[in-house]
Amino acid sequence: MAPPVSRDTLNPKVLQCEYAVRGEIVTIAQRLQDELKAKPGSQPFDEILYCNIGNPQSLSQQPITFFREVLALCDHPAILDKSETQGLFSADAIQRAWQILDQIPGRATGAYSHSQGIKGLRDAIAAGIEARDGFPANPNDIFLTDGASPAVHMMMQLLISSEKDGILCPIPQYPLYSASIALHGGSLVPYYLDEATGWGLEISELKKQLEDAKSKGITVRALVVINPGNPTGQVLAEDNQRAIVEFCKQEGLVLLADEVYQENVYVPQKKFHSFKKISRSMGYGEEDICLVSFQSVSKGYYGECGKRGGYMEVTGFSPEVREQIYKVASVNLCSNISGQILASLVMSPPKVGDESYESYSAEKNRILSSLARRAKTLEDAFNSLEGVTCNKAEGAMYLFPRIRLPQKAIKAAEAAKKAPDAFYCQRLLNATGVVVVPGSGFGQVPGTWHFRCTILPQEDKIPAIVSRLTEFHKSFMAEFHD
Amino acid sequence: MAPKALDYESLNENMKKVQYAVRGELYLRASELQKEGKKIIFTNVGNPHALGQKPLTFPRQVVALCQAPFLLDDPNVGLIFPADAIARAKHYLSLTSGGLGAYSDSRGIPGIRKEVAEFIGRRDGYPSDPELIFLTDGASKGVMQILNTIIRGDGDGVLVPVPQYPLYSAAISLFGGSLVPYYLEETANWGLDINDLRHAVFQARSKGITVRAMVIINPGNPTGQCLSEANLREILHFCYQENLALLGDEVYQQNIYQDERPFISARKVLMDMGPPISKEIQLVSFHTVSKGYWGECGQRGGYFEMTNIPAQTVDEIYKVASISLSPNVPAQIFMGLMVNPPKPGDISYEQFIRESKGILESLRRRARIMTDGFNSCRNVVCNFTEGAMYSFPQIRLPPKAIEAAKKAGKVPDVFYCLKLLEATGISTVPGSGFGQKEGVFHLRTTILPSEEDMPAIMASFKKFNDEFMEEHEDHRGYSRM
Repeated sequence: MAPPVSRDTLNPKVLQCEYAVRGEIVTIAQRLQDELKAKPGSQPFDEILYCNIGNPQSLSQQPITFFREVLALCDHPAILDKSETQGLFSADAIQRAWQILDQIPGRATGAYSHSQGIKGLRDAIAAGIEARDGFPANPNDIFLTDGASPAVHMMMQLLISSEKDGILCPIPQYPLYSASIALHGGSLVPYYLDEATGWGLEISELKKQLEDAKSKGITVRALVVINPGNPTGQVLAEDNQRAIVEFCKQEGLVLLADEVYQENVYVPQKKFHSFKKISRSMGYGEEDICLVSFQSVSKGYYGECGKRGGYMEVTGFSPEVREQIYKVASVNLCSNISGQILASLVMSPPKVGDESYESYSAEKNRILSSLARRAKTLEDAFNSLEGVTCNKAEGAMYLFPRIRLPQKAIKAAEAAKKAPDAFYCQRLLNATGVVVVPGSGFGQVPGTWHFRCTILPQEDKIPAIVSRLTEFHKSFMAEFHD
Repeated sequence: MAPKALDYESLNENMKKVQYAVRGELYLRASELQKEGKKIIFTNVGNPHALGQKPLTFPRQVVALCQAPFLLDDPNVGLIFPADAIARAKHYLSLTSGGLGAYSDSRGIPGIRKEVAEFIGRRDGYPSDPELIFLTDGASKGVMQILNTIIRGDGDGVLVPVPQYPLYSAAISLFGGSLVPYYLEETANWGLDINDLRHAVFQARSKGITVRAMVIINPGNPTGQCLSEANLREILHFCYQENLALLGDEVYQQNIYQDERPFISARKVLMDMGPPISKEIQLVSFHTVSKGYWGECGQRGGYFEMTNIPAQTVDEIYKVASISLSPNVPAQIFMGLMVNPPKPGDISYEQFIRESKGILESLRRRARIMTDGFNSCRNVVCNFTEGAMYSFPQIRLPPKAIEAAKKAGKVPDVFYCLKLLEATGISTVPGSGFGQKEGVFHLRTTILPSEEDMPAIMASFKKFNDEFMEEHEDHRGYSRM
């Protein structure tokens, strides 16, 4: 008898979804890493460098001291009563820990909280949003989640009833969206970002894809916008954002704004503006547009991926719909408390005059300016390679260079039963130990090839990466030149 | 105008079908009353720390040090942290890929999964493979993942005990599957009858449902019963005969309040039964840091262990796990500490044992106090809480009460529980939230209020209940059919 749970009998949506960020190439890299450990010197490189995933602290980025002080005190509140603690922690961290603990019933950080997250923390986040945008935010609109990803899943679950429900997604996109849509049985409706104009988003393209989907019998329910973009790194211009808001309002689409990179902007001519700020400054309120903003503790200058902290701010929904969201959140009881605390710290960090402000500020600026430098260095390096063009990373944590592969290489890839960019990436890995993700994992205009590389390796490792990469690319092009 | 994307009518129907009474109507009403200033005793959720149970000291010390590794360099750290906590923190940090702030392997930190495997091996006497253990953000996420993997559509059924912890019914609704109930027998100590199971499967199949898996909750929630080894063997035989995967929710395995039926894992019994069964039955076992004597609900830490699941299926489960990148790292460390606690000779051992024993012994006493307390009430019958964290008394509502409930537009046990809440501030979950036989009513409360508070709580309940019964009984008396 066939076992009840075998590949043939699994949920087909599970079989269909894909997530390249931790896909095949990473498995190969892990194997190589094990081989290197067992037999040092067995590879043409000393170490594997994981540039596939936005995981800053795995590449030696340091956490923000003030945040960790507060979290440690909240994890073990018993030490707050000890006099020795004053000598080990800054005074404002101690004060902030007390303030947070007082907002938690019984100071019990080990208890399930309200399913939307601890009220006092949501108040702090709402205040942070208001300070950022200049428009009020309601703590009851906030749902704290184990990272931004579960919040995205929740929204997809809410919006998708069948494959007739479509979600507009940018191409290239962060493959959480395609995976989540597949997992929930919906249809991804692609809209192409324009590489030639710095990954510009054209409303005409949105309109075209929407009409196309409609003609195929798909009801488009939402528009996903990732700003700053992943993998593309562009920061939207304000008028672009206004046009997007207008489009969503007219077409009755929910605007799903992935804003997790809001603190990662590296160019002086661009600024992050939340879609809520843009909508409200256009005079659009709750009755005009359904808007969800996703934020995370994993990115920015804090890079606290392993904590799984984040939230979605949900506005423009009817009470019945909000009830449904609450209900689904309640099945999981609540998100992890430490992550909730961290989300509130990220949205209300030390201010001028606070004891920790100077050191906090120095740490933050050090990280952000370093990220900006690395973004530029790697962008220049990629652009210097034959047949490679790379748009600037205005924000986020990635570069997404376009590689123009000679026919011979494409044929070799076909023979190896690999997508050409996957073929290139694997060769790159084998020669240099650098792990990047093939562009096919994110989507790209057919016939074009890319890969996504993070800007996260420490600055002192960058020159070696650049030279190894350059050398590899030269020899690859020499091997496969037409 | 065309319906908007988030109009109520346009929402995913499966989502609308989901019910989760644990944080449903009663809880919302209790929260409202609390805001108005009424003192509420929340006994709706197994949430020990919220009712005054203190966290164990050692794990909190270790995790605090991991949060702030700069402390480890401070010469004065030894003034407030014991040496073994410091050593453990250093050990766990070395297992991570960059401290608590880095995504780990999507299955969880390999070194911690190894600790979990070793724990299982010691517990059961059979080796466990760390590669088949996935850490998750709480056991609930693991359950959802596995059910999502199994359920293809409403043609797929999952056997679930009634009464059950409503995560199962909610998840099955959400994923569009069919819940196939099997009734636990209250008069037989919430025992499980294999004939009932057979009948449930037969009925489901005759409706065209393919029954794919069976859920057991051991110790039970809300019912608390501990399955005997014979019971587990029967269940495993049944799964083998009917070709069902077995999902073993074992999150309360530390919470055992009687000595006749200690906890035995489904895996141990399976392995004891030897081939071919031990090599064929597909088993997934779930555990958590939220229950036991740890009660660290807020950390969201759990794992599932797979037995006899084909490699390709494991790959698919991994793939879906990777989309969420990784479980939260602090909770992974809590899990490591739970399965690998201080040992005799460690500096923190005495304190750890004292704290743990204190909690468990108190829970055992409270299980007894509550059961006896309920049994002393009019028209209330309560099975002993053999394990887990709940009491699930049967409330024999007289016809007049049922009438009154109908008039108020409420399910009878919801009506009773709302009245209980308004009169006493005790917030419970009506039995209808867990499922029960038609016409039989219960409520679920936890045994978690502190021992000092228990007598007053039970007295308050008794007063309300006996008055309620007095008010609603007609003097011909009420007898259960």
